[in-house]
Amino acid sequence: MLRRLHKEQPESFAFTPDNLAWARTQITKFPKGRQASAIIPLLWRAQEQEGWLSRPAIEHIAEMLDMAYMRALEVATFYFMFQLQPVGSVAHIQICGTTSCMICGAEDLVAVCKEKIAQKPFETSPDGKLSWEEVECLGACANAPMAQIGKDYYEDLTAERLGEILDEILAGKVPTPGPQNGRYASEPAMGLTSLKDYEADRHPENASVELATTIGDTIKRIDGSEVELEAPWHDFSQEVGEAEPSRGVEKAPDHPIDETGVDKREAVAGGKAHPKSYEPAQAAEEAEEDIGEKPEQLSGPRGGGADDLKKIKGVGPKLEKMLNSLGFYHFDQIAGWTEAEVAWVDHHLEGFKGRVSRDDWVSQAKALTSDDET
Amino acid sequence: MLQDQDRIFTNLYGMHDRSLKGAQARGHWDGTGDIIKKGRDWIVSEMKESGLRGRGGAGFPTGLKWSFMPKESDGRPAYLVVNADESEPGTCKDREIMRHDPHTLIEGCLIASFAMQAHACYIYIRGEYIREKEALQRAINEAYDAGLVGKNAAGSGWDFDIYLTHGAGAYICGEETALIESLEGKKGMPRMKPPFPAGAGLYGCPTTVNNVESIAVVPTILRRGASWFSSFGRPNNAGTKLFAVSGHVNNPCVVEESMSISFEELIETHCGGIRGGWDNLKAVIPGGSSVPCVRGEKMKDAVMDFDYLRSELQSGLGTAAVIVMDKDTDIIKAIWRLSKFYKHESCGQCTPCREGTGWMMRVMDRLVKGEAEVDEIDMLLDVTKQVEGHTICALGDAAAWPIQGLIRNFRDEIEDRIKHKRTNREATVMAAE
Repeated sequence: MLRRLHKEQPESFAFTPDNLAWARTQITKFPKGRQASAIIPLLWRAQEQEGWLSRPAIEHIAEMLDMAYMRALEVATFYFMFQLQPVGSVAHIQICGTTSCMICGAEDLVAVCKEKIAQKPFETSPDGKLSWEEVECLGACANAPMAQIGKDYYEDLTAERLGEILDEILAGKVPTPGPQNGRYASEPAMGLTSLKDYEADRHPENASVELATTIGDTIKRIDGSEVELEAPWHDFSQEVGEAEPSRGVEKAPDHPIDETGVDKREAVAGGKAHPKSYEPAQAAEEAEEDIGEKPEQLSGPRGGGADDLKKIKGVGPKLEKMLNSLGFYHFDQIAGWTEAEVAWVDHHLEGFKGRVSRDDWVSQAKALTSDDET
Repeated sequence: MLQDQDRIFTNLYGMHDRSLKGAQARGHWDGTGDIIKKGRDWIVSEMKESGLRGRGGAGFPTGLKWSFMPKESDGRPAYLVVNADESEPGTCKDREIMRHDPHTLIEGCLIASFAMQAHACYIYIRGEYIREKEALQRAINEAYDAGLVGKNAAGSGWDFDIYLTHGAGAYICGEETALIESLEGKKGMPRMKPPFPAGAGLYGCPTTVNNVESIAVVPTILRRGASWFSSFGRPNNAGTKLFAVSGHVNNPCVVEESMSISFEELIETHCGGIRGGWDNLKAVIPGGSSVPCVRGEKMKDAVMDFDYLRSELQSGLGTAAVIVMDKDTDIIKAIWRLSKFYKHESCGQCTPCREGTGWMMRVMDRLVKGEAEVDEIDMLLDVTKQVEGHTICALGDAAAWPIQGLIRNFRDEIEDRIKHKRTNREATVMAAE
C-alpha cells in the first residue's frame, strides 16, 4: 500500500528532555553499531509525543541512529501504526475489523464512527478532536468486538457503548478501558471454568486496565514524565564522561550540503512538504572559526604534575586527553575561563562541542580547586 | 477436562498476584539455577522428549529446533528471539501470558537462551500491545532487581540479558526472518532461506526464533518432567495448549486445555456451547486465519490437534485460535475479510503475493455480492494455486488457503448466490420490459 508523507510538515522536531533520555536508553538495548534496531521504538515515541509522525521527526531520528534518511523513511512508511498525517487532536479511534470482530459486530462500530466522527477514515471530525480508522486484527479476538483508543483496548463493545465512550472522551473524560460488559479479562463471561481459586481476592482490575488507570495516559501526549525511566539491563556507571560521538549523515567533504543531508548533486524536494531552504553549511562553518577568545595555554603540566581532569563530571579519558592536547592540565586554568574563553573551548572540542557550558566545567573546576568533591 | 494442578498458566486471567512474589508463590522461578546446572544436553534432550511442538502455528518440534544451534561458537554471539508479534486473526493467547503470567516467559527465556548458548534474548512484541509491553517490562525489571536475570542469572553462573522491543503493526513481522529484519531496524521483508536463522539470523549471528507460548511452557516442562507433559494429548501432539475461542459461542474465552481435546468438549466445557445450539453451527476456522475453514457438521467430533485437523479435515491447528461461525454468518464475506487482511499485510516483496492477494480479494468481493460468473470460482481456485508455494515466506500460502477452504466446503453457497443474483437481475429486466 502506498503511503506518503503529509503535504504540510512542521518546521522542526525535538524530543522532550525526558523522551530524549528514554530514547537514548532504548539504544543501549542493542549491540554497538546496531543502533538502527531502535528505530521503531524511537519513531513510535515521536508519534506518541506529537500525535503523528512528521518528516522532521523521521529525519531527526535517522540522525540520532546514524541512518540514511531513506532507510528511516522506508520504516516509517512500511509499518501501519505510524500515522503519517495529523489525526484527531484528542484521540484517534482504531476499530478492529478483521473476521472475529467483524462477525461479532465491528461493522456497527464503524457505523458509529462514521456518524459521530467523519464519513471517511483518517478524516478529523469538524472540531478536529477525533479521527478514526479500521485496522487489521488487534489480537483481542476473545473480547470481540473491540477498539483501540490511544494506548488502550476497549473490549466487548456494543455500538451503543462505543457511542457513549466517544461522548465521554469529547467531554474531557477517559472511560475505563478493558472489557465493557463486566468481564475481568478473557475468561468465559458466564463464570470461570478453570483457575477458580483466586477469583475471590483478585485485584480489582486486570493488568492492562490497572496500568491504564494508575498511569492515566490513555489518550495523553507522552512527554516521558509519566513513568520513571528504568533500564536494569544497562550499567551506566562506566559511562560518566564517555560522551557519545556526534552522529549524523556522512557528508561529502567537497560539496556544500544543507541540513537535510542533501548535497547539490541531488535534487532538493520543493513544496510545502519541504518548507525551509537552507544556506549551504560551509559558509557558516567558516564564520564559526573565530568564535570566542583563546584562553592561555600551557606547553606542559606545571611542577606537581597534571590534575586528574576526569574528576569533572562529564570528562572521561578521551576528553581529558583532548584537553591536555589543547594545553589545559589544571583545575585552576579551567576555573579561570571567561565566557568568551568557554565559547572558544566549547567550539574546539572535536566531537564533544558544547560540553564545557553544558556541564558547567568552570563552576566544577572552581569547586575542585578548593578541594571540594564533586 | 484438564485439572487446575496440571495447568502451566496458573494466572491466565490475572486474578492472582501478578508480581514476582505471586509468580514465585505459584511455583515459577523455583530451582531455575539447578535446572541450568543440569546442562545444555539434558535440557535439549528433555525438550525433545516432551514432544513440544512450536506454538506459533507451524508446529515444528521445539527441542529439535534448539538442537540446530551451533554447539561451539565461532566467535559470533548467539541470540534467542521470542516472537511476541501475535497478529494472526483469531489469536489472542500470548497477550494473556505477557500481561498476566509474564514470569514464566522470562524464566523460559533464560533457560532456552542457556540451552542455545545465548547471552542475550530479544522479545519482539507487537506494537499495539502497549499495556502488555509495559506489564512485561515491569516483570523484567523485577527479575533484574531480584538477580534472576542479568549477571549470574538466578545463581546459575550464566550471564543473561533480556531486552523487550516492539514492532509497529505489521503482520508479516510474525514470520521469523521478517521479524529479524524488523529487529535490525529495516522493513519487515522475509529473507530467503537458507541460510536459516540458526546459521545466520539476527545481525548475521546464530539465532533461534520461538513463539511466546513455546518458551513460556519450558520451565514447567523441565520441572515436572518430559513424561508429564507428553502424557497429555495423542502421540506426536503432546502437551497442553492455550485455545483462543472467538466468534459465535456463548462465552468466547482463552483457556488452557490438553491437546487432542474434542471440539465439542472444548466448546461445551468452557464456552457455554454454540450460539443457538449445535444445529446452528455453520463453519469453524480451527487454527487462526491462515488455515482453511471446516464445515460445522464435520467439526463436532473433531480432535483438536495438529495431525487430526490436517489429515482428516484438510485444515490445521495453527495457533489454536478457533473462530466459530453460526448460520447467521455470511461465510463468503467472512473469508473475503481475511482476503482483505492478507492484501493489506502483504509486504510486497514477491510478485505472486503482492499482486495475487489484491486480485483474490477483488474476485472475492464479486463473489460476496454475487456479481460473478460461476466459472470464476474455478479461476479463483486456480489463482490461489499459483500463489501458493511461489513466494519467499508462507504469507502467500496463508492467503490462498482460506479461499481454497471456502471453495472446497461452501461451493454450493457461492453458486447459489450467483444464480440468485442473476435470476433477480433477469426478473427485474423482464419486469421493466
